[in-house]
Amino acid sequence: MPDPRYTPLRDRHEALGASFTDFGGWAMPVRYTSDLAEHHAVRQAAGLFDISHMAEFLVEGPGSGAFLDYALAGRLSTLPLWKAKYSLVLDATGGIVDDVIVYRLADERFFVVANAGNRQPVAAALAERVAQFLGQSKGDATVLDVTDDYALIAVQGPAALAILADVEGIADLGRALADLPYYAATDASFRTAPLLIGRTGYTGEDGFELYIRAADAGALWDALLVAGEPHGLVPAGLAARDTLRLEAGMPLYGHELSRDIVPAQAGLGRVVVADKEDFVGKAGLAERDVDGAPVLVGLVTEGKRAGRAGYPVFDGETAVGEITSGALSPTLGHPIAMAFVSPDLSAPGTHLTIDVRGTRIPATVTALPFYRRTK
Amino acid sequence: MTDLYALKYTAEHEWVSLSGDPSTGSGQVIATVGITDFAADKLGDVVFVELPGAGSDVTAGDVCGEIESTKSVGELYAPLTGEVVEVNDEVVADPSLVNSAPYAEGWLVKIRVDAAAVAELLDRDAYVALTEGA
Repeated sequence: MPDPRYTPLRDRHEALGASFTDFGGWAMPVRYTSDLAEHHAVRQAAGLFDISHMAEFLVEGPGSGAFLDYALAGRLSTLPLWKAKYSLVLDATGGIVDDVIVYRLADERFFVVANAGNRQPVAAALAERVAQFLGQSKGDATVLDVTDDYALIAVQGPAALAILADVEGIADLGRALADLPYYAATDASFRTAPLLIGRTGYTGEDGFELYIRAADAGALWDALLVAGEPHGLVPAGLAARDTLRLEAGMPLYGHELSRDIVPAQAGLGRVVVADKEDFVGKAGLAERDVDGAPVLVGLVTEGKRAGRAGYPVFDGETAVGEITSGALSPTLGHPIAMAFVSPDLSAPGTHLTIDVRGTRIPATVTALPFYRRTK
Repeated sequence: MTDLYALKYTAEHEWVSLSGDPSTGSGQVIATVGITDFAADKLGDVVFVELPGAGSDVTAGDVCGEIESTKSVGELYAPLTGEVVEVNDEVVADPSLVNSAPYAEGWLVKIRVDAAAVAELLDRDAYVALTEGA
């Protein structure tokens, strides 16, 4: 194993007493004090996350939109300026290489954010596809891996907007944050550093994600903590991030998403624009027979014992699927899980059981998400 | 404040506090068992504790319960062979005691054991050396 990588905020995390865990080759804060307290803070006030391990790619050139239409599952060429879109990188068979968020920063400039653990596969896919695209003479595009240049800090929770308004040093906003819709972005500055702010997140709450040059990340982190303190902001680790995204029914690559499944199985059929002229995965998806293939569902159980990733799901004595993520929901107070099950057992209300280390526990299929914020 | 040097430990991160059993006087002692702060920190916030029933027999090294956090599941190993004489119902009702007071209110079970078996357990220095290698 190579030594784990640390983000530019390592010294901040250590000073705050964080415990670290390996995630995608990075040593990341798993919690600072209590993952439950951090989870509840995000639901009730706000949490501050270092997600600088995420991978970022800059796609530029007059053909950048057309290139992304070819390289990704969605249609990005029509994405309005300063909007963000959730998309997928598919392989030739239609399997999922990664899920990404794409921002349009200019007519000919896009910013693609991928999962930390998938930096290499996504970099390889984009490099290969840009070569194919250029070979077809449909336009010029370049792809640059800028992961190491940027830190990414997320402020998530109902107090996020009020906190950002109180941060000293954030200026030059292209658009007032209060007017920024969900999945939109604006440029800004922090002191002298350029800043990109997206109203995006992975917690099911309102919130923002802030991209800044690595060298300026520490000062921004400090300013956010100072501004957030009166609003109840706490630093939050990956443990809370995982239970938050699970409650919000958001998939995690390596759990709900993999090369072994196609988007429709994970409820992401809408992300694929199948009538695009050509894109990687189009032929594979058309050929693939997914009738009867397992589909992603939510499961709720009673009591306190949670089903975990890999635990089997039963209909009577017949194994019908497997859990991909599960935990006792801190917000709801009962266990929740996501699982792939046979499509004929995927209707909400269907009664199944899960095998929790030898004990069968009744589970009920439920619509995702488990938790939806009010308002 | 618990004197951590007065406790014994296992490689599975349990602590054991020994006291004489007034009911027998037959070479048997009562072992109070919990998990260490090191283990509690590794698990994160504990949200579910399953313990063996009072009156049940447990065998040293065997799994006798579960400690679940939001993130993961830890198994509770019996540190010694014997009969469970008491379980901590408070910690079943409020598993966060494992995090907030692992050496006090967060104790898990009391087991009646042979005093001679206790020699197998680790002392504080040996246990700390083990966790520093982790």
